[in-house]
Amino acid sequence: MIRAILLGLAALACLAGAAGLWLTRAHPVEAARFEGLTGDAEAGQTLFTAAGCASCHHAPDAEGDARLVLAGGQRFPSEFGTFVAPNISPDPDAGIGGWSLTDFASAVIRGVSPEGAHYYPAFPYTAYTRLEDQDVADLWAFLQTLPESDAQSIPHEVAFPFNIRRAVGAWKLLYLRNEWIRPAESTELERGRTLVEALAHCGECHTPRDALGGLRTGAWLAGAPNPSGDGTIPSLRPEDLDWSASDIAYYLESGFTPDFDSAGGHMAAVVANFAQLTAADREAVAAYVKALPPE
Amino acid sequence: MLRTVSVLAIFALATPAVAQDFDGHLKARQGMFRIMAINLGIIGDMAKGDAEYDAEMAQTAADNLVAVSQTNPLVLFPEGSSSEALEGTRALPAIWDNTDDLLAKWSAFGEAAGGLQQVAGDGREALGPALGPVGDACSACHDEYRASNE
Ligand code: HEC
Ligand code: HEC
Ligand code: HEC
Repeated sequence: MIRAILLGLAALACLAGAAGLWLTRAHPVEAARFEGLTGDAEAGQTLFTAAGCASCHHAPDAEGDARLVLAGGQRFPSEFGTFVAPNISPDPDAGIGGWSLTDFASAVIRGVSPEGAHYYPAFPYTAYTRLEDQDVADLWAFLQTLPESDAQSIPHEVAFPFNIRRAVGAWKLLYLRNEWIRPAESTELERGRTLVEALAHCGECHTPRDALGGLRTGAWLAGAPNPSGDGTIPSLRPEDLDWSASDIAYYLESGFTPDFDSAGGHMAAVVANFAQLTAADREAVAAYVKALPPE
Repeated sequence: MLRTVSVLAIFALATPAVAQDFDGHLKARQGMFRIMAINLGIIGDMAKGDAEYDAEMAQTAADNLVAVSQTNPLVLFPEGSSSEALEGTRALPAIWDNTDDLLAKWSAFGEAAGGLQQVAGDGREALGPALGPVGDACSACHDEYRASNE
């Protein structure tokens, strides 16, 4: 996934010159939009778990409660260099404790830093961009309740030309969309869609990418090469996955497939998060997956 | 130059022969994991309510899991039998750099299986909570040492 994104960025670095700096500038959210909102930390906790923020931002090898210390430091290697997740704990210096809600919203739904730079889409704001404003405020309120860490964020080890953040602006023009991908005809399907498309970013792993590293939404959840190079991430489309809705919900709860193999790879972290959600949420995701059309 | 070529040729010939040699090991370890999955499935189906609870069956399956956990799996993982070296296996090369950790994860599985063994005969309700740690132990090892499906 990261490899394809970076190849895309290289091509777009050239394009950025042509498209003009104006088009590729950062678009933070307007301050007024979030001013009236008060976050609810309890609601934020569910969003945080479903979105898997800790899975990427806890310290490498953290276990148990230490996973709630968002010190950063996990490395996401690729052929072109390595991204390192930053400290997003409430520490005012090393983390993001000094940020405003508007700064946070710009990062999570627009992929823009407080200084106005573009974040790399290794941070899945491409999914989070579909969140409601209130959800963002709730997430922010929950993050304040977590422990501080004074661990300094480690710079990415990404070489020229992939280090040109401006190119991400051109990439976003093509791929940062906040429309929903699938229709949802019931309240349950709507909930499932929020979990799949906005929060748990299932598509980031299960959907193949085009030459520029953008998700091929036409092949939504149809399976993709594993970015770590180990095998293939399975398709969730009906012609490939014949599990019942309760099989899918049980897998998300326990990690067990219908023949009692047990989930591995990056899916293990997703299962650990979904085990903490409600049965209704797991069933909503299962309903969404069962409603996917054949490719 | 010629020498390099002939050395390469020897390697080219050697690889399939070696692959054959490990055929039994691959079958054995994959069979062992299938044995685990089948026994776990007997209990899991009861926990889910897909099968009628049967105390004796549940106990037998849990005992089997514990018995497997008491074998040393490393004999089934000879050097050179990783997914990088051979077709038909998902065992990642990282296993051979971390055999101590692999064994630690294996004993974590043994401990969780022991917990299941203690309650398997106590009725359907007792199964779910004891299955959780077993699933975590399986996933913890697959997470690091098994490739996704080919
Ligand atoms: C797949 C891994 C992944 C997940 C999941 C993830 N992040 Fe991140 N995040 C990253 C990476 C990598 C960066 C660095 C991006 C960059 O520098 O361009 C980042 C950057 C950030 C930043 C900017 C920090 C700074 O110092 O500038 C914030 C804030 C953030 N993430 C919050 C979140 C929140 C909140 C969630 C959950 C809703 C989340 N992240 C989920 C990988 C992830
Ligand atoms: C200590 C590590 C470890 C533990 C613990 C573990 N596994 Fe595995 N498992 C593996 C590895 C490595 C493979 C890949 C073997 C291969 O392809 O050669 C595997 C493969 C499998 C397979 C696929 C076998 C096949 O047909 O190819 C199943 C099913 C499976 N495991 C189930 C389980 C279950 C269920 C548990 C827990 C009760 C479990 N495993 C615990 C390491 C582990
Ligand atoms: C970080 C990457 C990642 C994310 C995010 C992710 N998955 Fe997965 N998923 C995987 C991998 C890798 C596997 C293969 C697991 C294995 O090797 O045991 C998998 C396997 C599965 C399977 C089993 C399919 C099969 O045929 O065995 C299902 C079902 C599934 N995922 C559903 C989901 C859903 C639903 C979501 C979102 C809620 C999701 N996944 C999010 C990486 C991911």
